[in-house]
Amino acid sequence: MKTNRKAEHFVAPVEETPLLATDAVKTDEAPLSLWADAWRKLRRRPLFIISAVMIALIVIVAVFPGLFTQVEPDNGCVLANSNGAPTEGHPLGFTFQGCDIYSRIIHGTQASLMVGVFSVISVLIIGVTLGALAGFFGGWVDTVIARLGDIFFALPIILGALVITQLPLLRENRGVGTVVLVLVVLGWPQMARITRGAVIEVRNADFVTAARSLGVSRVGSLVSHVLPNALAPIIVLATMELGVFIVAEATLSFLGIGMPGSVMSWGNDISAAQASIRTNPAVLLYPAAALSITVLSFIMLGDALRDALDPKSRQR
Amino acid sequence: MRFSRTSKALGMVAIAALALTGCGAGGGTSNGADQAAGDPNKVITAYSNEPQNPLMPANTGEVYGGRVVELLFEGLTSYDPSGKSVNALAESIESPDGQNYTIKVKTGTKFTNGEEVTAKSFVDAWNFAALSTNAQGNSSFFESIEGYDAVSATKTQKGADGKETDVPAPTAQTLSGLVLKDDTTIEVKLAQPEADWPLRLGYSAFMPLPAEAIKDPKKYGENPVGNGPYKMEKEGAWQHDSQIALVKNPDYKGAREAKNGGVTFKFYTDPAPAYTDVQGNNLDVTDVLPTNALTTFTSDFPENNLNKPYAGNSTLNIPGYLPEFTGEAGQLRRQALSMAINRDEITKVIFSGTRIPAKDFTSPAIDGYNENVAGSEVLKFDAAKAKELWAKADAITPWPADKTLQLAYNTDGGNKEWIDAVANNFKNNLGIKAEGQPFAKFAEILELRSSKELPGLTRAGWQADYPSLYNFLGPLLKTGASANYEGYSNPEFDKLLNEGLGAQSTEDANKKFTQAQEILFKDLPNLPLWYNARQAVWSQNVSNVDSGWNGVLQYWAITAK
Amino acid sequence: MIQFILRRLLQVIPVFLGTTLLVYFMVFALPGDPIRALFGDRPPSEAVIAQLRQQYNLDEPFWVQYGLFLKNLFTFNLGVDFTGQPIADTLARVFPVTAMLAIEALIIQGVFGIAFGLVAGLRKGGIFDSSVLVLSLVVIAIPTFVLGFALQLLIGVQLGWAKPTVGSNVTWGSLILPAVVLGMVSFAYVLRLTRASVIENMNADYVRTATAKGLARRQVVTTHVLRNSLIPVITYLGASLGALMGGAIVTEAIFNVPGVGQKLYQAILRSEGPTVVAIVSVLVLVFVLANLLVDLLYAWLDPRIRYEN
Repeated sequence: MKTNRKAEHFVAPVEETPLLATDAVKTDEAPLSLWADAWRKLRRRPLFIISAVMIALIVIVAVFPGLFTQVEPDNGCVLANSNGAPTEGHPLGFTFQGCDIYSRIIHGTQASLMVGVFSVISVLIIGVTLGALAGFFGGWVDTVIARLGDIFFALPIILGALVITQLPLLRENRGVGTVVLVLVVLGWPQMARITRGAVIEVRNADFVTAARSLGVSRVGSLVSHVLPNALAPIIVLATMELGVFIVAEATLSFLGIGMPGSVMSWGNDISAAQASIRTNPAVLLYPAAALSITVLSFIMLGDALRDALDPKSRQR
Repeated sequence: MRFSRTSKALGMVAIAALALTGCGAGGGTSNGADQAAGDPNKVITAYSNEPQNPLMPANTGEVYGGRVVELLFEGLTSYDPSGKSVNALAESIESPDGQNYTIKVKTGTKFTNGEEVTAKSFVDAWNFAALSTNAQGNSSFFESIEGYDAVSATKTQKGADGKETDVPAPTAQTLSGLVLKDDTTIEVKLAQPEADWPLRLGYSAFMPLPAEAIKDPKKYGENPVGNGPYKMEKEGAWQHDSQIALVKNPDYKGAREAKNGGVTFKFYTDPAPAYTDVQGNNLDVTDVLPTNALTTFTSDFPENNLNKPYAGNSTLNIPGYLPEFTGEAGQLRRQALSMAINRDEITKVIFSGTRIPAKDFTSPAIDGYNENVAGSEVLKFDAAKAKELWAKADAITPWPADKTLQLAYNTDGGNKEWIDAVANNFKNNLGIKAEGQPFAKFAEILELRSSKELPGLTRAGWQADYPSLYNFLGPLLKTGASANYEGYSNPEFDKLLNEGLGAQSTEDANKKFTQAQEILFKDLPNLPLWYNARQAVWSQNVSNVDSGWNGVLQYWAITAK
Repeated sequence: MIQFILRRLLQVIPVFLGTTLLVYFMVFALPGDPIRALFGDRPPSEAVIAQLRQQYNLDEPFWVQYGLFLKNLFTFNLGVDFTGQPIADTLARVFPVTAMLAIEALIIQGVFGIAFGLVAGLRKGGIFDSSVLVLSLVVIAIPTFVLGFALQLLIGVQLGWAKPTVGSNVTWGSLILPAVVLGMVSFAYVLRLTRASVIENMNADYVRTATAKGLARRQVVTTHVLRNSLIPVITYLGASLGALMGGAIVTEAIFNVPGVGQKLYQAILRSEGPTVVAIVSVLVLVFVLANLLVDLLYAWLDPRIRYEN
């Protein structure tokens, strides 16, 4: 709950009983009931149900691509089929190299989804933790974390990727892990900064002061009061970055610092489509559509989650 | 060699298409007659990029500096469009034995600063270029001249961290085999006989320099003064990262007299916007096409396009140190790989006919080219035979089932498409795993090659420095040669090359070089893929665009409308 | 406040040292011999390589190279790159161009992102909201090289509304097209961040209070909702400045903009340590200043936020 800084002093809101009710909930088992409450609301929202079904479907495609296509995507690319139109058994036609587009998209789901999801989760863990600490405690903690962020921000992504992929352990085993590492190392400061800003905005709110004066520890108030109120921008950033990371994998692979060419991914297909953009732009559309649907599902999920978690809307 | 990773990949092109379409639809030469005159004072604009080095002729090994230097200077010889070497500033070049040469220099020509071009201008320039401490990239072009060892000697020194490093330690400042006889006579003694040595004299490393160049090379390299068909527009005509403006040199008398008022090279870091600019008539001519325009450039520019073969090729090199590719099984595998590549289809589909399937290890743009060298059948696509050969090799030493054949390439040159296509050929026709191995940095691939640590095959390309078969064979495949990264060595092949160099006539030499190629077809140190051709498109404002034997446009011949 | 700003500016020193050290080391650690690579497939003589290596101090160990770089830096001498060009000249050439491009992109993404996000947030679930959601998805899923190319062809060549490429005569007008392309992805972020904040703040008590008080909706939205929604947006904009300044490699290539991104990219691929470090050093200064500005804006947007604890 925020106060307007113009501080109109109305009597009514103070006497509103729901405030007490909220407090009562929180003093019991605050984090549990926050999430439990959110879950209760989530289950009944159509937005959540639709997005959850879509994500479940995408995950099934990623784990069992063989259920959706019998065509082996990696063998049987024949130049005679280059940029070919859809035919029996090949519903979306063929790429420039004469590979089956549909099959490549189905089989590319796994790597793309893994890159996107793992990168976002790692960025969330690192970025939110550091950003929350910096924003909440301020002082030297903030200085160190923020300036560290500046340094990582300034690192050109290509340079970072070139060096990271050269590290002895990663050199021979390029794959999803390498790409995730590159994206996380260079991507966390963005998340940290957004979290920091949101936390700074919330930390001086009345309810935080109230919680603190009720004896909630600093860390406790950060976790159970400040963060839930700072979630909106974090969720937005995370859902958007999911898509951006999946595309970034393409750029890295295209430059030779991502995954090996034999690993199929939407990103690889999107960047390979560059060669036929003047002649057959349709080749680009299918992987881009797959990516869009995935991002859309997560954006919807994020929206639903945010609504459910928002303490302000909770009171209604 | 003029090298440009980008142009190799994006701009390499094909000969077959030429034959099919009749010398490129509306190529510069055909419609030239109607527009011959044009406006001789108009300046044309052309695609280029920032030269990598100051414009010293012996230090511009890459295409973008090279094309400027070619226009600014005139050497002892020059190459006509067919690649024939003709005398330019040389009155005569004579040798009784292929080892001692006497060169007579024409009198009466001047640099654009008024200084006379004499034999001394050449001798000083060559000595300057050859001396290692001047760090001229093309210094190795003087390696045939006696005394080169002394000016390029090195010694080993301990650095601050105790690591040993090589430092230059020349024991002489000038080449002992290079003698200035008088104002018009140069005497050259080579370390050993080389019949085709005069062929290189048209290369930019051998250009004359005025005295000021050697006094202050750094300053000179920014505002070079030459004796060619063009000169720098003014002091500071080279605007870094932006353009270089050349204007016609009115005093130039030679075969390459400028038909336009000047050439302004506009710099682009990517060929795509240049293509767009030519479409919008904002740029007159570009000679590097974006990969994705290879299929459309003939329809985008139905009249104004060029697709003409030049002396360059592409190969897939097989390191001699890989155990799977040595011995009898290795021999069979090399043949199998070569026969598994469908060169006709790849040049047609991936390159839209802008490259020509290779039939030998050199280039059809070179005098002495022979497309029927014994053993060249191995370049013909034959999936069944390839599979059979591979199986035979497996019977000797089996190919590990989980092994993936890697094809290394640099990503800054548009190689991905054809590498993927070749990898698919291997997968489909041999039943093995194969994939491209991309490298973001050219340096990285080069490091793996020179330290002999490549895990698989690598792409390579060669563009001739001077029009000679030897230039495709010697520097790349002779034992211990500078660009022989994959470590090929066959004494018989070396012997034939040396016999060719020592031959009395070019015909005799070419016969030896052809025999040498027969050995290559047995050993297959690399898999010849295709010959390159130059594509160019130009705006409505110019005509008479054509390229020379080496693929560089003849900017001096372009006329403005 | 002055003290706060001064302290922040002092922090530039360790950040600067840390960045240069890290970046210099990373370039040093890059595989491949930069000198050899200068000559393509055809190697020059070993003596020339040795000479060049000496000339660029590449034969020295890392600490000596870095030390020499620092020493030169303090005498305001950035040295020359592998093409013999003074690095200071290069910086003076590319940074103004990129700064113009970044500012233009920042304005475009900021103005349109906030405006679209505000409307979408106020009419959550409406047609406009759904349309901009689709727009964001398109912007994310279609890579810059395609969007840039398509816009260039459509607006630059076919419609002729703008010059398709920039080239050497950089003007504000000629940079509009590349700025739009460059700001596209960030625009989607700004839009979604604004939208989320607005939705959240519309639920806030003070908005209900203000509405109850009888304030016009317009006033509630502009003075209360929007202002309070801007903190994450400002944070993001400040951070995106970095991507705009240093990461415009693709956009610069498509439109032939002679800016920082291309230079940096080439310098990295050529392992030109001093050039990379010089460019990144300037970038880091930009980030620190941008962050400082963002923090000052926090306090202006929300007076509860103080500069220090």
